[in-house]
Order: sequence, then structure tokens, then C-alpha cells
Amino acid sequence: MRMKNDIVLKCHKVIGGYGEGEALISHEPVCFYLTDPRTGIVREKNHELAGKNLAGKVLVFPSGKASSVVQIDGLFKLASHSVAPKALIVKDVETVLVVSAFMTKVPLVDRLEKDPFEVIHTGDFVKVDAEKGMVMVKKQGS
Amino acid sequence: MYLTKEEERVLKGEFGEGTQKALELLVAIGDAYDAEKMIPISRAHAASSGQEGDLYFVELLANGGARCKVPTSTNPVYDIPYFHELFEKIPEEEADVARRVMDAYKRVGAILSWSCLPYLSENIPLFGETVAFSESSATPYVNSVIGARTNREAAQSALAAGVIGKTPEYGLLVKKNRKGTHLVKVEATLKDEFDYTLLGYYVGKKIGYGIPVLTGISRQPSTEELINFCAMSNVSGAISMFYIPGFTVETLTVEEAFQGDVPEDKIAVTDRELERAYDELQTTGEKVDFVMLGCPHYTLKQVGEAARLLSGKRIHNDVSFWICTSATTRLLAERIGYVDTIEKAGGHVVVDTCIDEPCWIAYRNKVGMTDSPKCSYYRRFKEARVGRLQDCVEAAVKGK
Repeated sequence: MRMKNDIVLKCHKVIGGYGEGEALISHEPVCFYLTDPRTGIVREKNHELAGKNLAGKVLVFPSGKASSVVQIDGLFKLASHSVAPKALIVKDVETVLVVSAFMTKVPLVDRLEKDPFEVIHTGDFVKVDAEKGMVMVKKQGS
Repeated sequence: MYLTKEEERVLKGEFGEGTQKALELLVAIGDAYDAEKMIPISRAHAASSGQEGDLYFVELLANGGARCKVPTSTNPVYDIPYFHELFEKIPEEEADVARRVMDAYKRVGAILSWSCLPYLSENIPLFGETVAFSESSATPYVNSVIGARTNREAAQSALAAGVIGKTPEYGLLVKKNRKGTHLVKVEATLKDEFDYTLLGYYVGKKIGYGIPVLTGISRQPSTEELINFCAMSNVSGAISMFYIPGFTVETLTVEEAFQGDVPEDKIAVTDRELERAYDELQTTGEKVDFVMLGCPHYTLKQVGEAARLLSGKRIHNDVSFWICTSATTRLLAERIGYVDTIEKAGGHVVVDTCIDEPCWIAYRNKVGMTDSPKCSYYRRFKEARVGRLQDCVEAAVKGK
């Protein structure tokens, strides 16, 4: 149900579908290969998400990184163990990220009408309706 | 994105699920980049890898009845019979994935080159052609040395483009996006292939993502030197295109490479930077258990050079010696006598095989020496020494 202080943002669909979950914010680019494929826990040392779990989250991040083979295989392995994020909100999309989301059927959106890093914070509840080009944010504690 | 009537029918699945999925992926990429339309390509190269993600997509297309519309070559996986006879420890599940990947590429009608240098013999673009070449070392070679146009593709997007015979018009397919970003003044002395390896590694690391324009290079770089620059600049960075005005084909002058604009940044490379890059690549000084060459695959000239260095010598009993190359190159190397010389010295010349594959499991806890930072980066083994081919051969013969 939509609450009064929910924030609704328009976005651009890259890979369609619907996903909802708790927001997890990364200000650094993410490489899905550097996660534990069975749990979704980020293993990359010195990464701001190190030790955090991607499983079931709506991941907000600037861009992907690393070679196409490892990036795609990384998200694919998470998805085959059912521990992939529920949706991806990204600032700069590139070919490899599109392919990764396409293969795993994880909704992927970009170009939110407001800066996602200002509007969304870790712990908010976020619904991504890529088909309608909409992101709904329920602020934590509201 | 604008789609033709026929493309819309493909997208509805009227020609089967394989082509439908292929076009769905291309449309998603086109939408992500706001491409206006799809444009024809003349050829593609799919960086097949024998990993699960790769298997999923190629089987989806093959089982859905898709066939490549334009010549589409493939990257190495591994020579299954050769390695399984030699090593008992390779897990059977891994072999199963590799076998299924190789079979599915056959079913979609790909050119089964299993080579990371398809642009030298099996699938050669011409100047100005629009293509879809994945494999991070092939993308910049095709863009810069040949002057064809390709984006930095994933294996799946390149395969999809090969099946449809088209790709969305975006990125490096558009002239204005092929503009130089960084001016790189090369003050270092570049003597041989290995110096280009170090140069590529340094430039990739320094720039990260961009289109460098190199000046100060005084002689025509060889094919192998250019291959090394392409491969290593994509280990430490993401360089899908570069210019060496005077030697690469797309522009004659530096100004033209920057399309009349000013560089975003300027860097200089001296001998000191290359020495530092060299030091950084050594993770150990220990004695070597094996030598690994051919990442990217060795050319015929390089196989010949290895044979010349090994002629009449014997590789130490405690060291194994590997050269990875394409089936095409091995055939010629056999005919010429190179393979015989290398095998007599105790070395292997293997085809269809990449260093980043499970077949190398026996070396997981060993020390390797290679002439390629790309090979050592994959870390299919414990520690790495990186040096020139002649140093690798010497280490193999002396066993230290």
C-alpha cells in the first residue's frame, strides 16, 4: 500500500520486471564475481560493502566493473543460488551490466529523476517497477 | 529504438526462441544507450569461456534453433581429451560444462576457432567494417590496428549480434565517440614485444578507461607488439581503442585523433615507469615449477622463436613447459617443424586452450613463469614471475 511519505521517482527501464526489497547502497562500482556465490556476501577486501549481503536487496550503485566474463558469471552464479539482488538501480549503465541483468532476469533501471544516492539510503524499502519506469521508496522508520 | 517490421517479428518469436532471445538482448542494450536503430554487422567474435553464464546463453540460443547469420568465431576453452589424459584431477563437472559449451557453439553454426586472435586468420575484419568483437584484447586490435568498428562486447552480446547479423548503433560504432581522450608521450625505449607488454600494462593502469593517443614511437610496431599492448592494457584497465598516429590506420595525425579537441589529460612514459611496472608484476623470486606462454595465443612467429630458443636443449625434469596457440597456427608450426623441436625439448604446444580454465588445476599451488601479465592476473596458480620469452626458456631449462 502506498503511504503518504513514500517517494515516487520516474526512471528509465533497461531490463524489465518488478523487484522489491531493502535498499543497499554502494558508492563504489560493484563486481558480482567478488561475492560468495552461495550466500551473496561481498568478499572484496576494502570495498565499502565488504561483509554485507546482496541477497534479496535492491542494490543502488554507480556502475559495474571488471571483465565481462567474470561480471556476468558472478551475477549468474548468485541468481542460480537464489541470492541475487531483487533489482538493480545504477547511475552509469554499460553493455556488460545489461547482459548480466538480462541473463539473470534481474530488473535494471537507470536515469532516476533525482540522484538515487541522495534520495535512497541503506535500509529504506524500495520497489522497482521497471516496466512502468517507476521506483517507490519507503523511508526507513516512516 | 526504431525496429523494422522484420525485427518486430523476430522479437515476437516468429522465427524461433533463439533469435527472439538474441534480439531481446540487443534491444535492451540499444535502449540502455538510446540507440536509434540496429545496423548490419559483417562478422562477430564471441569470447566463449566455458563458464556457466556462457553455457546458459549459448544453449538458450542453440536450443531455440538460432544459427549465426554472419561469420562468428569463438574464444578458447580447453582441449578436453588432451588435458584429461594428462591430469586426473580435473573435475568431471567442469569438463561437462566445457563440452556442452563447445557443442552448443557448433550447433549455432559458429566458426570453431577457439582462438583469442581470430582477427589474424579465422575471422578477419577489414578497415571500416562494423563488427561485434568481444574478448578484451581483440576489441582494441580490431578498432585500432585494423580500423574496423566494434564496441566492447560481452560474449553474449557478440553472439547475439552474430545470430541477428546486426547490432544497435551506439558507442564506438559512431565516429564522434572514437575521439582520443588521453595524450601519452612515450619517452621509454621500446626494444621488443615485452616492452609493449609493460607499456600496455602501465597505460591501462594509469588511464583506466579511455582512448589513449600515443606519440614518440619511432618505428612500426610488429603484430605481436600491438597484440601485447592491446591485451595488457585491458588487464590493468579498459582500453577499447587507441591511436598511434602514423602507424595505426584511422588517423594520420594527433590532431585528427582528438577530432580537433584538447586531450582530457596528458601522461608521459619513461623507462622508469616500465621498470616499475616490471617490478610490480613479480610476486615471487622462487624457482619455477612451470612456464606458461601464449596468453593471448602465440602467433606462428612466436612459436618459431620459442622453437629456436629450445633447439637442442632439454627442459629441466622438474619444470613443465606450455605454449597455447590456435589449431590453425599449430598446423603450420607442425608442418614447419617447430612443434617437433619444442616437443623434443620436453614442451607442450596445446590448441583451443585458455589459461583461465579448470584444466590447469594441477598448478594451483605452484610457481609459474610467463611473459604475460594477463596470464599471471588470472592466478590459476599460486605465484608468478613475469619476464621475456628468452628468460622463461632459460628458467625452464635450468629449472630455477
